[in-house]
Amino acid sequence: MEAFVKHTGLVAALNRVNVDTDQIIPKQFLKRIERTGFGQFLFFDWRFLEDGSPDPAFELNRTEFAGASILVAGDNFGCGSSREHAPWALLDYGFKVIIAPSFADIFFNNCFKNGMLPIKVSQTLVDQIFEKVAAQPGYQLAVDLEAQVIRDDSGLEIPFEVEPFRRESLLRGLDEIGLTLKKDAAIRDYEERREVFR
Amino acid sequence: MAKTLFEKIWDKHVVLQEPGQPALLYIDCHLVHEVTSPQAFEGLRLAGRKVRRSDLTYATVDHNVPTTDRSLPIVDQVSLQQINTLTQNCSDFGIQFFGLDNPSQGIVHVIGPEMGITQPGMTIVCGDSHTSTHGAFGALAFGIGTSEVEHVLATQCLVQAKPRTFRISLNGSLHPGVTAKDVILYIIRTIGTAGATGYVLEYAGEAIRKMSMEERMTICNMSIEGGARAGMIAPDDTTFDYLEGRSYSPTGKRFQEAVDYWQTLPTDPAAQFDRELTLEIGDLPPQVSWGTSPGMVTDVTGNIPNPEDSSDPVEQKTIQRALDYMGLRAGMPVGEIAIDRVFIGSCTNSRIEDLRAAAKVVQGRKVSSSVHAMVVPGSQPVKRLAESEGLDAIFREAGFEWRESGCSMCLAMNPDVLQPGERCASTSNRNFEGRQGKGGRTHLVGPEMAAAAAIEGRFVDIRNWDRD
Ligand code: SF4
Repeated sequence: MEAFVKHTGLVAALNRVNVDTDQIIPKQFLKRIERTGFGQFLFFDWRFLEDGSPDPAFELNRTEFAGASILVAGDNFGCGSSREHAPWALLDYGFKVIIAPSFADIFFNNCFKNGMLPIKVSQTLVDQIFEKVAAQPGYQLAVDLEAQVIRDDSGLEIPFEVEPFRRESLLRGLDEIGLTLKKDAAIRDYEERREVFR
Repeated sequence: MAKTLFEKIWDKHVVLQEPGQPALLYIDCHLVHEVTSPQAFEGLRLAGRKVRRSDLTYATVDHNVPTTDRSLPIVDQVSLQQINTLTQNCSDFGIQFFGLDNPSQGIVHVIGPEMGITQPGMTIVCGDSHTSTHGAFGALAFGIGTSEVEHVLATQCLVQAKPRTFRISLNGSLHPGVTAKDVILYIIRTIGTAGATGYVLEYAGEAIRKMSMEERMTICNMSIEGGARAGMIAPDDTTFDYLEGRSYSPTGKRFQEAVDYWQTLPTDPAAQFDRELTLEIGDLPPQVSWGTSPGMVTDVTGNIPNPEDSSDPVEQKTIQRALDYMGLRAGMPVGEIAIDRVFIGSCTNSRIEDLRAAAKVVQGRKVSSSVHAMVVPGSQPVKRLAESEGLDAIFREAGFEWRESGCSMCLAMNPDVLQPGERCASTSNRNFEGRQGKGGRTHLVGPEMAAAAAIEGRFVDIRNWDRD
């Protein structure tokens, strides 16, 4: 997995609650058997009109959000299915960081497995970011995972929490399967004392 | 020390626990389906890794499969490729596979319990959020992403931080016609779609104890719609009776030994939960979802909400967006909503009891001429059993389509899709925008309510609907 240490980028705002995985990547695109190439289908049903042209009413289609790599959204982002295609699509589209007041559990977990950083901050702070994005076209944030802080260039400073093991594995881009495989002796030991009823 | 059901299972499965670190948890049962697994197998191949315990891994195809005549070739080439990929992966890695031509094929969360693969006290995972279903047996069962599917395939373990515990106690007896589906919809309506995020739910109380395994599965199935990591119900005689004699259940003396162990699992009386909630459900009316999130639910006797009733501008916008998408008028009575389609199926409500209950409602009646209705049994065994009881004939005579098993219109990855603007009474679990087809409008209800909606062409209160 690619490491994540620091990231500075353009911020896009999607001020909606309960953005679900069916919207992030509609099911007609789940049939691929690769991890890549999902970005073109991100938010497909919101992004495109019937004739295939971009829907000007959809937030991410605004010209000022072109090339954004940080997404700010409302409560319960990523709810719904366990499909890892959702973070794959966001990442492939260019998003490295997602900021929201809360995330659905499995989605949150899936992000970390792909070198992406989901950050929980309070609704008040998210609202502040929404206001800044609206007021300042080209608004950027700098995310520092090592120091666990989000900054902008006008002095905003938002500290955030990440579980230490997640932080560690992102910072170092660890191969989690490889790490567990090193614990083979413990696993074998467990398997020996494991009770089975079959 | 007094422990909860969750804690007992968790503690028993910790392989390693280093201070300040998440636990390394052993997985007893790994269920696999065609949509979330191809990239995991690919990852294994690229790294030259093997499946550690193919004997604890079970696969089926359900999401993509056609529900029409199985003797015909699959038309959708991409679906076919995913099905073929899983078939190949199972054969390459020696995994037990319940494929399209297997008599046990069905929705992964229907067939696990049905074959007795799902048992109390187990840790069960699947690359699917509705894995919470299996918690009905007193197992710790949760959905994982594809990277974790690969992790479990390679190591039979998962790195997991311990979730918190949340008990919901249900008091009272349900009115006839009001079902487990209404109860779980009501729970989500009450706690919200993120109400249980970070928690494992345990459902308890007299109402739960009276429920059958099918009803308990319906409840646990939708735990994820309330944000929970998992949902659980303590095993009891209902659980043991259900499991006895199933193909993967222990037999003879081993069964008794298993029951002796399973009986130690229920939460100790003095155990503490991080959160508790008690709900009275004795007067609960049937529930109907009206919006595009599973928390947007109201009584069948109620009205569609008005955005102006909320003082929060974000909530107003959310309600308005949902009403626009759903094509509903603020304040209109639920009973006036006209239905175009009815779908009885999905891992929430496609088991034999669900079909029996729906068949009872439609027996001797006709589906409204404005409605297209279908029944999709959860598995081949459910389908065969229903046919042996004559349920297929009841549905067909009433004008329902009777299909082969699979996920079908729950997520519409196969040809079973709503057309834009079509309105569906569905026994599935998600009413997200476009879930059942782009522009399709989903109302989540229980099987009896869906069946009655098919007959009347609109929602009726099943409690005082003329049932003869
Ligand atoms: S029936 Fe629906 S919710 Fe259940 S596993 Fe299939 S797609 Fe998922």
